[in-house]
Amino acid sequence: MKTTDIPPADAAEQRPAVTKTNSGPVPPAKSSEGRTLNVFSHGMLILWAFMVVLPLLWAVMTSFKDDKSIFSSPWALPDTLHFENWSRAWTEAHMSDYFLNTLIVVGCSLIGTMLLGSMAAYVLARFEFVGNRFIYFLFIGGMSFPIILALVPLFYVMQNMALLNTLPGLILVYIAYSLPFTVFFMTSFFRTLPSSVAEAAFVDGASHTRTFFQIMLPMAKPGLISITIFNFLGQWNQYMLPTVLNNEPENKVLTQGLVQLAVSQGYKGDWSGLFAGLVMAMLPVLGAYVVFQRQVVAGLTAGALK
Amino acid sequence: MQHGKYRFITGFLAAPLALYVLFVIWPFIQSIFYSFTDWSGLSPEFKMVGFDNFTKMFQDDVFWKSLQHSLMFVVLLPLGTLSLALFFAFMLNVGGRHRKNAAISGVRGSAFYKVVYFFPQVLSIAIVALLFQFAYNPNSGAINSGLQAVGLGSVQPDWLGDPDLALWCVFAVLVWCTVGFFVVLFSAGMASIPKDYYEAALLDGANRITTFFKITLPLLWDTVQSGWAYMGILALGAESFAVVQIMTVGPNGGGPDYSTTVLPLYVYQKAFRDGQAAYATTIGVALLIVTLLFVAVVMRMGRRERLEY
Repeated sequence: MKTTDIPPADAAEQRPAVTKTNSGPVPPAKSSEGRTLNVFSHGMLILWAFMVVLPLLWAVMTSFKDDKSIFSSPWALPDTLHFENWSRAWTEAHMSDYFLNTLIVVGCSLIGTMLLGSMAAYVLARFEFVGNRFIYFLFIGGMSFPIILALVPLFYVMQNMALLNTLPGLILVYIAYSLPFTVFFMTSFFRTLPSSVAEAAFVDGASHTRTFFQIMLPMAKPGLISITIFNFLGQWNQYMLPTVLNNEPENKVLTQGLVQLAVSQGYKGDWSGLFAGLVMAMLPVLGAYVVFQRQVVAGLTAGALK
Repeated sequence: MQHGKYRFITGFLAAPLALYVLFVIWPFIQSIFYSFTDWSGLSPEFKMVGFDNFTKMFQDDVFWKSLQHSLMFVVLLPLGTLSLALFFAFMLNVGGRHRKNAAISGVRGSAFYKVVYFFPQVLSIAIVALLFQFAYNPNSGAINSGLQAVGLGSVQPDWLGDPDLALWCVFAVLVWCTVGFFVVLFSAGMASIPKDYYEAALLDGANRITTFFKITLPLLWDTVQSGWAYMGILALGAESFAVVQIMTVGPNGGGPDYSTTVLPLYVYQKAFRDGQAAYATTIGVALLIVTLLFVAVVMRMGRRERLEY
């Protein structure tokens, strides 16, 4: 709608009054305030955008340089694009192995988390039974406890079960530590779904299990997508759990592999390879984010907006 | 049917609950128990020692330093991150040029800013920490050579090597990676505040700063409060552990001279580097108490009348 200074004669009584006051006797002060604010806010916003992007661009640039120029002139553009840094990182620095381990661990634990988490959440959201509240608070209590406290005994629990330093062990731990938020989020989601559909299915003779898998889960799809993205990023980027519980060199995941790589550069000196590794680990996630922006933002902010 | 219901409930809850209790709840209970023993973690033998670990902890300088740093993080990190994020979100949504019939308007390109600001949120904290470790390198890092390039060659701080600066370097990295998330979160909240409120305020002659404190902030308070809790838990938990452990100097981080050590890192070092598992769980219990106190304070602070709109 376009509003001019001369309102149409038949416009509502209120509307012109508003416009008039806005651009009436005070316009010079208002608009100059608006202009300075506009310049100022743009300035600050650009500055922060710059501060976010610059370190990332710097990393990409550095990954194409040779070791000498990384140290002699950190801000200079690479003389030629040293693609060999990337292939060296992929093979010699075992980035390919780290990628594969991360894919296996995150893939399996994501499926496990979603399945177990939504099963528990469904039961807690839709069924009355003794202990329901207790179990619910047991789950969501895990969100605010410091994880490191549990990791000390967990290390020995896993050692006794022969799960320490193995991928299956890490998968189970990822699932267990993703459950609190998943259960919290999915419980409130299942509560918002209408119960009439499920009741109708039940009357038609579907079992509880069938009602859950064929009717309730498909209805909960938007919630499932959000929480899957949330868990994916959390598990893909996880650092503390594998650092404590998974120290077998060939089982390392991406984050610990990179840190390991950085530590070993103290005597190996392959810094360009390390930067290539860092960028290699960064780009897929950033790329996926740019493509699926809307879903990613919805997924990550879902919990906080509840 | 009742029978079928209970069998169904048991069937669905058994696996998730068993896994959760075994890997999360049981270790928590154990670690509180272990804090009263002299267990080393290296052998299965231990005996009860009462409050000896706690007495030891109260006389441990490194513990006090870690506690002090963690407390500083839990107070200042939410404050810094959330105020920056509120500022940016307000600029994005309200800072735009006056247009004729809108009381407020966002700046041009606000969608672009939101996409860019969110970048650090999708990256692993480990990758971010590694990146900044290089940026902070005093001899050839990006920051010091950048300072040189703009003619500040005489200002060449030692960053992570300087005991007075190192903790602030860590702090800056944590702010850097968390601001964007809250900008996006608060923007969404601000966008849902009805425009009429702003119009009414502007009509009454309120400027932007008054508008922010009298309209935006109160209506956004719930989101700010949950953001506060989230940031505090992050400052006491895995994120501060990762940044300090990866970035700072010394074996397993925390240096120089314990100037950056934080509680979760100290728990880790005691348990897995020094073979003092029982003492580590004692420090962990202290961390648990700090966390619970923090959550209680945030919940109390935020208890005010809920505004519906």
